[in-house]
Amino acid sequence: MNQWKNFTKGFIKENPILVLILGTCPTLATTSSAINGIAMGLATTFVLVGSNVVISLIANMIPSKVRIPAYVVVIASFVTIIDLVMQAYVPAIYETLGLFIPLIVVNCIVLGRAEAFASKNTVTSSFFDGLGMGLGFAMALGILGAIREILGAGEIFGFKFMNQGALVFVLAPGAFIALGYLIALVNKLKK
Amino acid sequence: MEYILIIISAILVNNVVLAQFLGVCPFLGVSNKVSTSMGMAGAVTFVIVLATIVTYLLYQYILVPLNITYLQTISFILVIAALVQIVEIILKKISPSLYQALGIFLPLITTNCAVLGVAILVIQKDFNLLQGVVYGAAISVGFGLALVILAGIREHLDKLNVPKGMRGVPIALVVAGILALAFMGFTGIV
Repeated sequence: MNQWKNFTKGFIKENPILVLILGTCPTLATTSSAINGIAMGLATTFVLVGSNVVISLIANMIPSKVRIPAYVVVIASFVTIIDLVMQAYVPAIYETLGLFIPLIVVNCIVLGRAEAFASKNTVTSSFFDGLGMGLGFAMALGILGAIREILGAGEIFGFKFMNQGALVFVLAPGAFIALGYLIALVNKLKK
Repeated sequence: MEYILIIISAILVNNVVLAQFLGVCPFLGVSNKVSTSMGMAGAVTFVIVLATIVTYLLYQYILVPLNITYLQTISFILVIAALVQIVEIILKKISPSLYQALGIFLPLITTNCAVLGVAILVIQKDFNLLQGVVYGAAISVGFGLALVILAGIREHLDKLNVPKGMRGVPIALVVAGILALAFMGFTGIV
């Protein structure tokens, strides 16, 4: 039951983007379509789960003064793995996400979970925490990507239902505005 | 001429925050007041220029000769984290007044993705060292510009009656969106 809570809190109650407002850079940059957003979310999930598990295993061995650099090395290793894997197997998506794959290293969500959760909890709890947070992140990215794709290009997952959309939503300004209203909506619903 | 193009393109056309989405976290986090946003902009400029030089040298003279360029992400982030620490220690000793001014912003910079982003972009774009430094400096000016403008607007927003759910981050994001729209007007001048 407890694990179920660790898993589900990332979706709504502590959603990293919509509630905690962490990791806004990749959120804005990679959500020009739903599929890109989800791909970015899944890549981050992999790093979150991997780093959470490893850090909860080694947390007791690391002197607290050097823990942040140590965590960063663990996170960067997983980022390098996903970077190379995506380059090899999904080159098209890797091309679009580009710079933001290596930049998962500096995504505050990953280091934040390592410091706030994984370093103090068991391996299993950390695994579910990472999985839930990562999928919550992916879900928010997917929703934002879908909104921008529908409004901006008049299509969703490549299925076209409008001839033309308001192009601005696919471009940079639309990212800021769509996320702003999405967070405002969540704020409103929470009350 | 080439350097002027790099500068204009990095500050206005491809503004680091508003067009490339790098460094959005501090952009939203410290844009409440104009004075703090200027402090942040100064600290970021300092670290980006230094980090660009160090990571460039590290890449060209250690990673490439040893054929371990896949360690780029790990080595760059470690160098940046160490650099921020060193800058903090040195500043404290040499210029306590500057340290006071930048102090609280320095540790935050490690997680500013603009720093790592610029370091990687300089390698990707095949810049030489001077071009890289100019690019890094121009990116930081662009970051500072966007930050100060947003802070100026947010100071005024405080006096307005913004709908409850929109207060804080949401309205800042919408304002940033409109700013991004304005900056899109620079497209095509380079």
